[in-house]
Order: sequence, then C-alpha cells, then structure tokens
Amino acid sequence: MANEEKIDKAQVEHVASLAKLEFNDADLGKFTTQLADIMGLFNTLSEVDTTGVEPTFSVTDQFNTMREDMAVNSHEKDALIKNAPDTQDGYIRVPAIIDESEGAN
Amino acid sequence: MNYYDTDLTTLHEKLVNKKLTAEQLTRDTLAKIKADNEAINAYITIDENAAIETAKAIDAKGINPDNLWAGIPIAVKDNIVTKGLRTTAASKILENFNPIYDATVIEKLRANDVIVIGKTNLDEFAMGGSTETSYFKTTRNPWNLSKVPGGSSGGSAATVSAGGVLAALGTDTGGSIRQPASFTGVVGVKPTYGRVSRWGIIAFGSSLDQVGPFTRTVKDNAALLNLIAGHDEHDMTSSDKEVPDFTAGLDGSVKGMRIALPKEYLGEGVDENVKKAVLDAANTFKELGATVDEVSLPHSKYGIAAYYIISSSEASSNLQRFDGIRYGFRAKDVKNLEDVYVRSRSEGFGDEVKRRIMLGTYSLSAGFYDAYFRKAAEVRTLMINDFKKVFEDHDFIIGPTAPTPAFGIGEDSNDPKKMYMNDVLTVPVNMAGLPGMSLPAGFSNGLPVGLQIIAKPFDEQTLYKAGYAFEQATDFHSKTPEIGGDK
Repeated sequence: MANEEKIDKAQVEHVASLAKLEFNDADLGKFTTQLADIMGLFNTLSEVDTTGVEPTFSVTDQFNTMREDMAVNSHEKDALIKNAPDTQDGYIRVPAIIDESEGAN
Repeated sequence: MNYYDTDLTTLHEKLVNKKLTAEQLTRDTLAKIKADNEAINAYITIDENAAIETAKAIDAKGINPDNLWAGIPIAVKDNIVTKGLRTTAASKILENFNPIYDATVIEKLRANDVIVIGKTNLDEFAMGGSTETSYFKTTRNPWNLSKVPGGSSGGSAATVSAGGVLAALGTDTGGSIRQPASFTGVVGVKPTYGRVSRWGIIAFGSSLDQVGPFTRTVKDNAALLNLIAGHDEHDMTSSDKEVPDFTAGLDGSVKGMRIALPKEYLGEGVDENVKKAVLDAANTFKELGATVDEVSLPHSKYGIAAYYIISSSEASSNLQRFDGIRYGFRAKDVKNLEDVYVRSRSEGFGDEVKRRIMLGTYSLSAGFYDAYFRKAAEVRTLMINDFKKVFEDHDFIIGPTAPTPAFGIGEDSNDPKKMYMNDVLTVPVNMAGLPGMSLPAGFSNGLPVGLQIIAKPFDEQTLYKAGYAFEQATDFHSKTPEIGGDK
C-alpha cells in the first residue's frame, strides 16, 4: 500500500520540486526525518474504516452566489503595482524565462 | 493605565459623558503597549500616528451614544489586511507588504469608529501553536515571560492578557484563538465557519479559517462578534443567516441545560491540574442547575492526523501565490524565472511553513491523494457525525482547551510532531465548523488554564450564555498577571 511507504530523501526532493522549494543537504536530511515522523502519524488514518463514507471538503451550507454582471472600479493599477518587487514603465519586470547564461553558445 | 479595571460599557459611558476623549484613551493605550512591548513583544507594528489622527477625528465628530465601540482602540492579528498599514503574516516573504484594501472585518471596525492601534505577532502564516515561528520576534506570556503565549494568535492574546487593549482580533484554523486564550487567561472565541467573512484574511486553510475576538470578559467578546459577524458578498462561504445580538440572553442561567463531557478530552496527555479545572467547571455548571453527561467522540484521536493533512493541503495550494512576482520578497541574483519562484520561496518562507507546504503537496500528489487527502476528508465526515450525535441530546460540550498550560519558550520548537499534538482538543471544532470558546477556568503552577465550550453550528448564543454563567459563578477572569516571572 502506498501509505505504508516510508518517505526518503529522493521523495522529499521530488515533492520540493513540485512545491517550488529547494533545500540544502543539511535541511534535506532534517526535513526527511521530520516529514517521515509526521507521515507516520498520518498513516494512522488507515486504521479507520471509511467504507461508504462521503468525504467532507467544505462545511459551508452556502451555495455559489452570482452578482450582477456590471463593470465596477476595483483596484487601480498604480496602487496594485506598488507592492511589486521590480517594475518598469507600469509593468512588472521579471527575468527571462530561459536561462540566458546557458543559451549563449 | 491598563484595561484591567474597566470594561466596554464603562469606557463607553466615559467617552459619551466626555470624561475621557478617544484621543486620550488612544494615547494612554499606546503608552501602555509600547512600554510592554519590550518584555512581551506582542506587536509587529504599532500604528501610533494613524491611531491618534483617527481618534482625533472621532472626537471631532462626537461619540455616538448608540455605538458601544466608538473610540475604542483594539489590536489586530497581522494576517488580517489593513489598507496602507504593513501586513506581514509574520513572514519574511511579506516583510514590506502594504495592502491596498481593508479586510471586511477591518472595514466593519472602521465604520464603527474603532481605532486599529497595531498589528500583533503570530506564527508565520498562522502555522504554529506558540508564536515562535514568527520571522520577526518571539512573544512572551504575560503570566510568565519564560513561557509561550500560545499561538498562532499569540500577540493578540498576550496584549489583551497584559491589559494593553480591551480587545483584539485573531484567526483560528485549528485552535489559534482558543489555545492562546487558554495560555494567557483571556476569553477567545472561534465563531462558526461562515459566521464572519474571511475576505482579506491571508489564507491558510480555507475550509477551516475563521476570524474571532479576544477580550477579558464574555460580554465584551459577544459585543465584538456583533460588530464583525455577517454575510459578505466577497466571501461566498460567509453565511447569510441572520446575526442575532450575542449580548442578549446573558442572564447567568444554565438551568436545565444539558452538557456533554467527552471522555476522550480527559484522556492520556492531559495535565492533572487541567483535568481538575474541567471537572470543577462541570461541578459549577451542575450547581447552576445544568446536567453533565459523559459522552464519546470516538474519532477524536484521528483528528490531528486528518487536520494536518487537510490544513497542510489547503495551505500548499493557498501559498502558491507567493512566487516573488507581483508582491512580496524576491530573491536577488536569480538566473531565470524558475529561479525567481524557487529561490524567493525558499528564502522567503520559514521552516514550519515549508514543512506544511511539503506535507500538503505530498498528500495531494499523484498516487497519494486517495490515501491521504481523500481519506482525511472521509475521517472529517466521521468526526462531524460524532458531534451531530452528541448534539442530538446536549446543548453544549465542555472540555479542556489545551492538554497543558503554557509550555516554555524553545521547549517544543524542534519537535514538530509534538507541537502538532498540542492541538488535539481544538482541531475537531474547526474540522466540524463549530463555534468554540476558551475562557479562564483555573490555574496550574501559576499559569492560566482554559475551559473550552463547544456549541452547535451558528449557536454562538449558547456559547456566550454558558460562558457568561460560568464567569459570573467564578472569579478566574478577575485574576491578572504580574508581568514578570522567571525570565
């Protein structure tokens, strides 16, 4: 069973890549040990018989509500962009998607 | 000054009769919290200038005699966004974040002439039970400065406990209002899921998060919930049920009420003095004419596992937005766009937040979703059914808020699993979306012990009625800390 597996460093590195995180060697070791310990706790759920039990993803009894399709002035661009770490000419600036140093040849 | 010898009604009368101005009250409050902040460290940001300007404007306009809260300064947890006032969630990744709008609860405070005096410390992104995972500072418990104030709303609890403010707002995803209320000897309420708008709350676990009040008395707490509750078109999970006056019906009586005491809540790991406080509370309720039955919530012991799977999964999704592009911290010397994401997140988040993101990502990932996320959601259904069964013939549930009184700073911070287990008595309430209260019910070696009261969905009135009756019959709430202790 999948939930009986013990999490190892390779799995932790894989999950970190999915979560857009990276760890140095010391942290990788620490996180692997801690996550394995916590996953051990999570695995206790396999003791519970949930045959035929519907999952609960939300406890609200509200239904989706629609508002009228009307244009409203909400957040202004000038205010919004003030929190961006790097801007130019009213746009948010980011580095190139492709690593330019590697593509130089 | 401090807020120990007063309450909302008394202050309101002074303000209306011009024995006190909002400006003077604000200046006195600022002096007190600034003096305390060295020892207690409850605040990340104290908004001195804006608070005084707001108070002056309220004085100029005049105190509305029909609005109990006009001119009263309160503190707000720093994961609730405040327009133009830095909001950090106690994270490096939001160290310089200035929100461009107010959370709905803040809009409601401002519309009622409440003065936001400052933003309180918390565990980073509200993930923790000790306020030690804050990027900025460690908040100390006013009852003993070597102890944690609890968490994640530790700053809000500590400043109310220290008499720095009359009231504060916190958030509670798995106990983050009730547990620090218990650790610092104040009243803390997590309303029913949907009772208060989550618009403008920096999201952690969206199916669990709620905003709620901290105060020194039950009645003041009810009065603050009156102010912040209600439907909000910005939060589709906020309920359109009518909001009653939560201060009505506080008559000190619980005669004929049927109380449940779950045997699982007094089990292994619960401190003897905590058990005694709860059993004494049961006797107090009996003397007031209620009945107390032992009941069972059989799936309680799986609550921690199910809660940490669900809350971490929701957190891993919610925290995807922190990518160093539109706002927040961006790592320096990055090579490409992928690098911006990975390095900004890895340098911007602390270890506890990374652990939750990792646990959530793992629980949701291909091959593991059924065994973890879905399984936890099924166990959640069983936990809800346990509560429904008890509520068929009981009005409310009592138990401890936390298994122990406040623990030492640094004591549990290197053992995340041990830290998670501290939440065993509070997470079931969030899983089922129920309202819960913690209020002072005793002491263990000089540290406060909280009694937890749990009611049916949208029945906060019973919480307040029961809490008020208990408060009137006991004197625990009138004890105040001598700030100091063995630092």
